[in-house]
Amino acid sequence: MTHFSALSLLKNAFSGNRKWDEQWPESEPKAEYDVVIVGAGGHGLGAAYYLAKEHGITNVAVIEKGWLGGGNTGRNTTIIRSNYLYDESARLYDHALDLWEGLSQELNYNVMFSQRGVMMLAHNVHDVQSFQRHVHANRLNGVDNRWLTKEEAKAYCPPLDISPTARYPVMGAALQKRAGTARHDAVAWGYARGAAARGVDIIQNCPVTAIRRDANGAVEGVETARGFIRAKKVAVSAAGHTSVVMDSAGVRLPLESYPLQALVSEPVKPIFPCVVMSNTVHAYISQSDKGELVIGSGTDQYTSYSQRGGLPLIEHTVAAICEIFPIFNRMRMLRKWAGIVDVTPDRSAILGKTPVKGLYVNCGWGTGGFKATPGAAHVLAWTVAKDEPHPINAPFTLERFGTGRLIDEAAAAAVAH
Amino acid sequence: MLLIHCPYCDETLPEAEFAYAGEAHILRPDNPADVSEEEWRDFLFIRTNAKGPHYERWRHIHGCGRFFNAVRNTVTDRFLTTYKAGEPRPELDTLTEDGQ
Ligand SMILES: Cc1cc2nc3c(=O)[nH]c(=O)nc-3n(C[C@H](O)[C@H](O)[C@H](O)COP(=O)(O)OP(=O)(O)OC[C@H]3O[C@@H](n4cnc5c(N)ncnc54)[C@H](O)[C@@H]3O)c2cc1C
Ligand SMILES: [Zn+2]
Repeated sequence: MTHFSALSLLKNAFSGNRKWDEQWPESEPKAEYDVVIVGAGGHGLGAAYYLAKEHGITNVAVIEKGWLGGGNTGRNTTIIRSNYLYDESARLYDHALDLWEGLSQELNYNVMFSQRGVMMLAHNVHDVQSFQRHVHANRLNGVDNRWLTKEEAKAYCPPLDISPTARYPVMGAALQKRAGTARHDAVAWGYARGAAARGVDIIQNCPVTAIRRDANGAVEGVETARGFIRAKKVAVSAAGHTSVVMDSAGVRLPLESYPLQALVSEPVKPIFPCVVMSNTVHAYISQSDKGELVIGSGTDQYTSYSQRGGLPLIEHTVAAICEIFPIFNRMRMLRKWAGIVDVTPDRSAILGKTPVKGLYVNCGWGTGGFKATPGAAHVLAWTVAKDEPHPINAPFTLERFGTGRLIDEAAAAAVAH
Repeated sequence: MLLIHCPYCDETLPEAEFAYAGEAHILRPDNPADVSEEEWRDFLFIRTNAKGPHYERWRHIHGCGRFFNAVRNTVTDRFLTTYKAGEPRPELDTLTEDGQ
């Protein structure tokens, strides 16, 4: 693996950039691994990276049905923040944020992490009370978040319309300055490169068709399009398809899969300095370094694996954006797409062991798991390596749906987050 | 936007008139106090989340207001059938994607 540096850039410039090494090799599956990870999204690739780097487990394969990073990792609007209400969530997402801050250095790969601040708009009295509660709870947990008046919000994000006659009046906002965005593809590529350099096999275009269990019920390996692959430990990190994969191991989950959509505009000069989220009207917006407005929309009301999503949602989101930022009225939209997100009843992830020996699951990140990528990957690797959860993911069990110890961010946010 | 057939109004109408209401044929235990934690969990939270034909409830909220059941293929989003609440669950081999 070539170390990226100013010197290597210069050297390769002289050879016309034709002599760069490939960043990870095309791997053929071996008959057996210590750990198989199902799904080469940021979470799965990151877990492989940390297994190799922090736990010395390098006989690992990440098996992906499509191309790496082609799932929700490559489809999301890249909003990163950690201002969640409950202690358990605050710890998990803040752990991720700590890792984000050093990730480009850690991976020697520019993930373009930009702490431009995430501002969440309050449009009604309920929003004001709920966000202020979040601000106080966050500060008690040492998580950065502060309340802005609507004038302060306008100063932070000038395109915002704060006039009292606006269709969606702005009554204030919560601002997490440490929050921001990152380049989604680079996260997958950076982890893939780092994992491959440490001996991890990344096997693409190879769907896992079933998980095989032995006579005692423990995991034996995975059936794939390229044959059976033996492994004592299997970690499933398959986002919207987790139910399907886990079903083959006889584990039923509290998940429902929905299409979630996003869209981008034509590129324009820098106009939008931060990230703005409006949960109430379901519109999330930022500007990419290429200049496109990146806009997040909502989930369809019905479960689906179609990876398309309905047009009414896009219309609704774009209408809301035009009301909140009248300056964008005449922007043209370039393209829209959907990803399939796996939603839990309490809108918190499930990350840990399962009733099946040797089988681990990382799912339920729903509409908001990109921000968790380094943190989730890090504690998933720990859980797999030690066969016990890290203190940070210990509350995010599957058992909580039986015991009732939910981490009810759904009720806290009242919408997707 | 989906087109959905309401079995009460006997009309095929745009999705905007309807509200999705989750998986169908999930029975609430007669006496919740008597069931185990696992059974109660299954009732409240565990879902089939089928990739393919899915039994689900819809409500014609901006029409007759009534709940009904449907079978929809979650890969193509096409309905295989819709039927009135309380009617037995149709067998999958009796259904085709263009048969309403
Ligand atoms: C439109 C949209 C906007 C979003 N916006 C945000 C946001 O702003 N901020 C945020 O934090 N989160 C956001 N999210 C959520 C976020 O994208 C996900 O939670 C996160 O990327 C999940 O990462 P992952 O690695 O678990 O999943 P994925 O990247 O989806 O990876 C799972 C992989 O598993 C593979 N797989 C599935 N089944 C199999 C099988 N049988 N065999 C082999 N491989 C399989 C898939 O092909 C996929 O590559 C958004 C999601 C969408 C769709
Ligand atoms: Zn009707």
